[in-house]
Amino acid sequence: MISIKNLQKIFKSGTTQVQAVDDVNLNIEKGEIYGVIGYSGAGKSTFIRLLNRLEDPTSGEIVIDGEDIASLKAGRLRKARQEIGMVFQHFNLLWSRTVRENIAFPLEIAGTPKKERQERVDELIKLVGLAGREDAYPSQLSGGQKQRVGIARALANRPKVLLCDEATSALDPETTDQILDLLVDINEKLDLTIILITHEMHVIRKISHRVAVMEEGKVVEEGDVLDVFLHPKEKVTKRFVEQIMGDQDQDEAVETILAQYQTGQVVRLHFVGEKTNQALISEVSREFPSVSFNILQGKITQTSKGAYGTLYVHMDGTEEDINKAIEYISETSVQVEVNHHVS
Amino acid sequence: MFHKLFPNANVEDLVTATEETLYMTALSVIGTFILGLLLGLLLYLTSKQNIWANKPLNFIVATIVNVFRAIPFIILILLLFPFTEFLIGTIRGPNAALPALIIGAAPFYGRLVEIALKEVDKGVIEAAKSMGAKTSTIIFKVLLPESMPALVSGITVTSINLISYSAMAGVIGAGGLGDLAYLKGFQRWDFDVVFLATILIVIIVFIFQFVGDFISNKLDKR
Repeated sequence: MISIKNLQKIFKSGTTQVQAVDDVNLNIEKGEIYGVIGYSGAGKSTFIRLLNRLEDPTSGEIVIDGEDIASLKAGRLRKARQEIGMVFQHFNLLWSRTVRENIAFPLEIAGTPKKERQERVDELIKLVGLAGREDAYPSQLSGGQKQRVGIARALANRPKVLLCDEATSALDPETTDQILDLLVDINEKLDLTIILITHEMHVIRKISHRVAVMEEGKVVEEGDVLDVFLHPKEKVTKRFVEQIMGDQDQDEAVETILAQYQTGQVVRLHFVGEKTNQALISEVSREFPSVSFNILQGKITQTSKGAYGTLYVHMDGTEEDINKAIEYISETSVQVEVNHHVS
Repeated sequence: MFHKLFPNANVEDLVTATEETLYMTALSVIGTFILGLLLGLLLYLTSKQNIWANKPLNFIVATIVNVFRAIPFIILILLLFPFTEFLIGTIRGPNAALPALIIGAAPFYGRLVEIALKEVDKGVIEAAKSMGAKTSTIIFKVLLPESMPALVSGITVTSINLISYSAMAGVIGAGGLGDLAYLKGFQRWDFDVVFLATILIVIIVFIFQFVGDFISNKLDKR
């Protein structure tokens, strides 16, 4: 659907050169929510602005649905842009227009007839949940509502792809979640490809299917969100994962816990994209009533691909029963680590 | 009562003079608005990193604007006499004042337009670009509507300048309240007429200011 090859952007000012985007290669599938994460200055903002040529690439290819955006002439580029929606961090609504008129704006640009325009605007207002606020001006809306207008506006011309430039970074956590839910909803309903950039791992975790991590203009790591969560290779990725999971290598803490239990077994359970075994603990304890389970420490987080995280559980009972219970768990998709023998 | 206070005033003269002042002001405001918008848009669009970024053109327009703003209005009228005669066919009467009024006020208004356009949120212009808008669409559907309150308060300030310019033009034969105050008042040493002309001009200025503020506030939805 979208294929980006050797994309480069160099900013020149006087004698200094800044390589904002450095040889980026990505393939993004249709219907996918693709996240790009990086700290400020990593080049992610420039990257997303290259995709609809708000910045002109220095070199490289951006092929969207068979058309190389990077080589389009002005007139053709304007047509192509009508099929690429964009949502901005600061909403960028026209204050002089009402909600309805703001959403109609891209349709006016595309030359949609008035009657059709009105129908489409009504549809979009319903889709983003703004019914009743049609005739309000942006100044009368909350941040979340403004972003809903921004999203409706970006969807007006039925784009092939939606670009989100830090779409939730100016919103409070609760509103962020509502907007993310809306994006997931749109992605599923319209099978729309979404590319979003953010500096918040929370956003990636909550809605992305795949993620690319950017640092100094380069994509340093890329893959399924769960894989990246589970096996972060680069230092920067590890730091992002820690944002969500806390530090994974709190060995000291684990040692202290282990020292407290003289009998039984402490096991570490890995939940990796769990959708089916959410009730594992209660299931095992029902199956093995003679074994007692005590959750010691852990962190489980929900991603778009299911639950992900680690639990330390202390199991007490006869050695035979404990071993059976561990065997039972290891037959599920939850991974068990039993190297923490106590006695 | 009126005749006791202003023994030398002729009502008919006053009405004619007021009409002439309003006529000159109204037409020159329209002319200044159009020419000033063009100049302001040119200044803005050709500036650095803008849609039509063009250093030489920007320099030329800015120089013209600065030169015409530097010329005192009374000298500008004299300077433009040949041009006015060619354009209007005469150098007397309200119509003959129009070229000088517009050329005198448009560069000033052009600068105000430029300032107003610079205040338009860059993000909104970018959003319009991302939707595939043409430059003309950006000008007419983004830049002008989004800066309209400032454009209106700018033309209000400019129109008050124009009222005082028109009085100055009156002194050298353009008619209007300035003409009245000078010829029928000052020259005959009838200061009640000068005073009455002053009051009328002040009232006109107040009305312009009030209407301008009202429209500007009404348009501002921020």
